[in-house]
Amino acid sequence: MSRKQHNLEALSFHIAMTVIAVLALALVVAPSLVVVIVSFTSGFSLKFPPPGYSLRWYVELWNAWQLQFAARNSLVVALWATGLSILLGVAAALAISRSKSVSARVLDSLFMSPLVLPALAFGLAALMFFSLIGLPVSLLTLIIGHTIVCVPYVVRNTVAALAQLEPTLLESSAILGASRLYTFRRIVLPLIRPGIISGAFIAFMSSFDNVPVSLFLRDAATDMLPIRMWQDLEGKLDVTIAALSSILIIATVALMALMERTTGLSKRLAG
Amino acid sequence: MKSAAIAPGDVTRYGLGLAAPLALVFAVFFIAPLAQLFYLSLHNDAVATVWGLGQYVKFLTDPFSLSVLGATLLLGAEVTLLCLVLGYPIAWLHQRAGHWLQTVIILIVLLPLLTSVVVRTFAWIVILGRQGIINSTLQSLGLISTPLRMLYTQGGLVVALAQVQMPLMVLPLITAIGRIDTNLADASASLGAGHWRTFFRVILPLSMPGIIAGCTLTYAAAITAFITQSLVGGGQMLFMPMYLYQQASTLQNWPFAAAISIIFLVAVLAIVALFSTLGRRARINGDAT
Repeated sequence: MSRKQHNLEALSFHIAMTVIAVLALALVVAPSLVVVIVSFTSGFSLKFPPPGYSLRWYVELWNAWQLQFAARNSLVVALWATGLSILLGVAAALAISRSKSVSARVLDSLFMSPLVLPALAFGLAALMFFSLIGLPVSLLTLIIGHTIVCVPYVVRNTVAALAQLEPTLLESSAILGASRLYTFRRIVLPLIRPGIISGAFIAFMSSFDNVPVSLFLRDAATDMLPIRMWQDLEGKLDVTIAALSSILIIATVALMALMERTTGLSKRLAG
Repeated sequence: MKSAAIAPGDVTRYGLGLAAPLALVFAVFFIAPLAQLFYLSLHNDAVATVWGLGQYVKFLTDPFSLSVLGATLLLGAEVTLLCLVLGYPIAWLHQRAGHWLQTVIILIVLLPLLTSVVVRTFAWIVILGRQGIINSTLQSLGLISTPLRMLYTQGGLVVALAQVQMPLMVLPLITAIGRIDTNLADASASLGAGHWRTFFRVILPLSMPGIIAGCTLTYAAAITAFITQSLVGGGQMLFMPMYLYQQASTLQNWPFAAAISIIFLVAVLAIVALFSTLGRRARINGDAT
């Protein structure tokens, strides 16, 4: 291959890959940007570009008590599910992380299985189960269901953080006379904390956003935000939803930036 | 039992007993409900008194039910393929980018993963709708006179789902490409192979574990994406999750809904198993050559 041909070949490859990558990245970002822009429309429809700009739909949101009620429920359930996931998940991660025993492997697969199984099937199963044991749907049943599907994120991130922990640190601590609890509190916990936090962050977001489990385990008294939004959208294309979506997007970006600064989220998820 | 598994003096490990609370919660609220779901699916009548495979026979001999299953599996394949074609160059660019750009790319990819799925789907309604961004652009350019119908079409649904699930494809790819020894590409080049050839014969095969992992996650997520399927697909297209929901909620036909769940679950697990077998084979072939 001549040098000129070679350069041409290299150029064609790099241009093709870069162009597709940039287009794909644009495709990933564009929808969120479009929603934020449309939410400031002064018109009554989701026309893009908007005919004019105003804050009217954000004001409208102030009176949308059904959405606010659902948002409050979602927040309560997500906070409880995340808290329980941290308690149960970190303990489980400590137990299975360094063990090579068969039972530890089995438990690991079990705790990860909600990530692969269709959550809708679990939602239906949970509803049938709760009605069998006579537990009516409530915030409690929602919290239990959400904990099952959120705990894998905490377990996985904590196990990953524990894998990077030097065992010699624990040995040195013990040799120096520290109790196991003291070693855990002063050595282990500070080192794995970023892993726990990023796992808890993803668990919280996925609970707040959960549809398949909430779909079966909620009723009118325990309405959840994603379900409320979905049912509103099925009926009519409401611009209020755009304002709410825009707030959720901005909150997500802010939380992501915070997580990136405190725990290096991007390295953790693509490392 | 807790301390029997490890030496008493081993301070680097924790007893398996610490996993007991979560294991208990899973046994009661995860395994038991799924077992009950399976039990219910093995009954022929609505009140679960007559044992039999009637629900499964009903599904597997009904052309409509089978077409819903087929459409769902096909949808997953189309979305996965599009995600792979668009996602691979993102992972490739990430590998070659500087530190700052790498972080930006990851955060861009993470954004949809962490944004509410209803919000992401809603964005596609705004883009694909009759007055949406594509139609209004094409109309203002004079390319079309009447709005194109993109919402409630298979094509629109595939693109929307691909965007929604893209992170699940890109993150494992980035990990896999990052692990490839860069000397191998240099060696391929110094032996006279061009960039395209090096890419298809060296980089792509070596990143197969990432491709398999990404495809598995994307596929499983795409076929269960209830909200996107129902809002962008519309009422005309029926897929397994909505079919299941209709049977359970609207029609209260629990044994049949249970059977649909089990069939769907088995289909998902079969696909995951198929992908992981392919992954193992790819790794063995990769080692042999």
